[in-house]
Amino acid sequence: MIDKCMATLEAAVADVFDGARVMIGGFGTAGMPDQLIEALIAHGARDLTIVNNNAGNGETGLAALLKAKRVRKIVCSFPRQSDSHHFDALYRAGEIELELVPQGNLAARIQAGGSGLGGIFTPTGYGTTLAEGKETRRIDGRDYVFELPIHADFALIKAHRGDRWGNLVYRKTARNFGPIMAMAAKTTIAQVGEIVPLGELDPEHIVTPGIFVQRVVATSIATAATARTA
Amino acid sequence: MKKLDRDQMAARVARDIPEGAYVNLGIGLPTLVANFLPADKEIFLQSENGLLGMGPAPAKGEEDPELINAGKQPVTLLTGGCFFHHADSFAMMRGGHLDICVLGAFQVSVTGDLANWHTGAPDAIPAVGGAMDLAIGAKKTFVMMDLLTKDGQSKLVRQCSYPVTGLACVSRVYTDLAVFDLDADGATVIERVDGLSLEELQHLTGLPLRAALTA
Repeated sequence: MIDKCMATLEAAVADVFDGARVMIGGFGTAGMPDQLIEALIAHGARDLTIVNNNAGNGETGLAALLKAKRVRKIVCSFPRQSDSHHFDALYRAGEIELELVPQGNLAARIQAGGSGLGGIFTPTGYGTTLAEGKETRRIDGRDYVFELPIHADFALIKAHRGDRWGNLVYRKTARNFGPIMAMAAKTTIAQVGEIVPLGELDPEHIVTPGIFVQRVVATSIATAATARTA
Repeated sequence: MKKLDRDQMAARVARDIPEGAYVNLGIGLPTLVANFLPADKEIFLQSENGLLGMGPAPAKGEEDPELINAGKQPVTLLTGGCFFHHADSFAMMRGGHLDICVLGAFQVSVTGDLANWHTGAPDAIPAVGGAMDLAIGAKKTFVMMDLLTKDGQSKLVRQCSYPVTGLACVSRVYTDLAVFDLDADGATVIERVDGLSLEELQHLTGLPLRAALTA
C-alpha cells in the first residue's frame, strides 16, 4: 500500500540538506506553509536558496527562516514590503543574494521546470534592466526574452486537503504557487489541513495530481505530535 | 481651472470600461476604479494572485486571510467567480485574454513606454511583482496618475528617465488635468478640464501635443 503521509512535520523535512534549493509556496501569508517552515528552522539546514514570491512578512514563516540566517539566496518577485524588515536588513548588510524575477516570469519558469522545458521566450521584461544580458528573439513581430526554467530539490507547499496518494485540493487564493511548485521539485512536501480517505476527493476536482507530491503531512496531527514530544 | 480629485479620475476611467470586460486594476490609485463601475453591468475583475470575479472588501469580521487581492487586502468573490494558480493567472495576462489593465505610474512616455516599478535610486531595494507582466499583457493598458509631480514636473515625458517597466505598452493616460491617447506618433489630448487650454497644457508638460479632432 502506498502511503505518502508523514507522521510529523519533523520527519517530512528531515532530509533537507545544507545548500538545497527550496521552493516555498504562498503569496504573502496566503498559502505559506508556516508549519513546514517552522520544522525546517528546527531541522537546521542552512545555506539555502529559496524560491518564493516574496521575502517574508512580519516575524513568522519565511521571515523567521531569514531571521535565523539560513538563506544564502532568494529568488522572488516582490521582496520589499511594509513588513519585510528581516529581508531588508540582510539585504542592506549584503548577507543575502537576491534574484529579482517578474511575477509572471517566475510562474512560467517554475512551470517550465516542472514541465521538462529548457526555458521560455517571454515578452515580459523585454527592454528593461531585468532583461539585460539575456538572449532575445523577435517572433511574429513581437520581442521576447529567453528565461531559464527553475527547478528545486524540495517544494514546501500548503494545501487544504490531501489523500495518501498525494492528491491535493487548495483553498481560495492560497492556491497561488502550490500547483506549479509541486511539479518543479524533486521532493514536494504538502502541509494540508486534513488528510481524507482515498476516493473522498472528487477526481474531477483534484487540482494537483498525486504524481507531483511525495509527502503529505496533516498540520492538525503533526501539531498534536509536536505537543506530545515537547 | 479645477483639477479632478482621485474619485473623479476613477469615475472617468470607469466610464471607459464596457460590460463584459475582463479587467485588472493595479495596486494603489487604480483600485479606486472598482468603486465606480456601474452595479447594473457585469464586469469581471481579475486579481493576479489567482481570482476572477473579485468582489468588494468584506464586512468587518468576515475577512478570510486566504481570500486576498494582489495588494494582500481581504476581498470577496462574486457568485460565479473562480480561483486558479499563478501560471494560469499570468497566462490570462500575457496571453492577451485580459481586455484592460489600469496601472499607476512614475512616468509615461508619449509613445507609451511605462516606468512604474523602480525609482532607480541606488539604495532602493528593487521589487517588481507583476508590474512588467501587467504592463505588456492586457489588450489595452491604461495609466492613471497626476499629470505633475509635487514640484511641478510633468510625468508625461518625451522619454522615461526612470527604469522602464515595458516599452510602447500604454495606450491611454488619465490624469487630473487631461486624458491622452498615446501611439508611435506621440500624445493626443482627448479631454481637458474646464478652463485649461491646449497651449497651457503644452506649457505644463513641455511637450508638443495634438488635440483630438472633434466632430
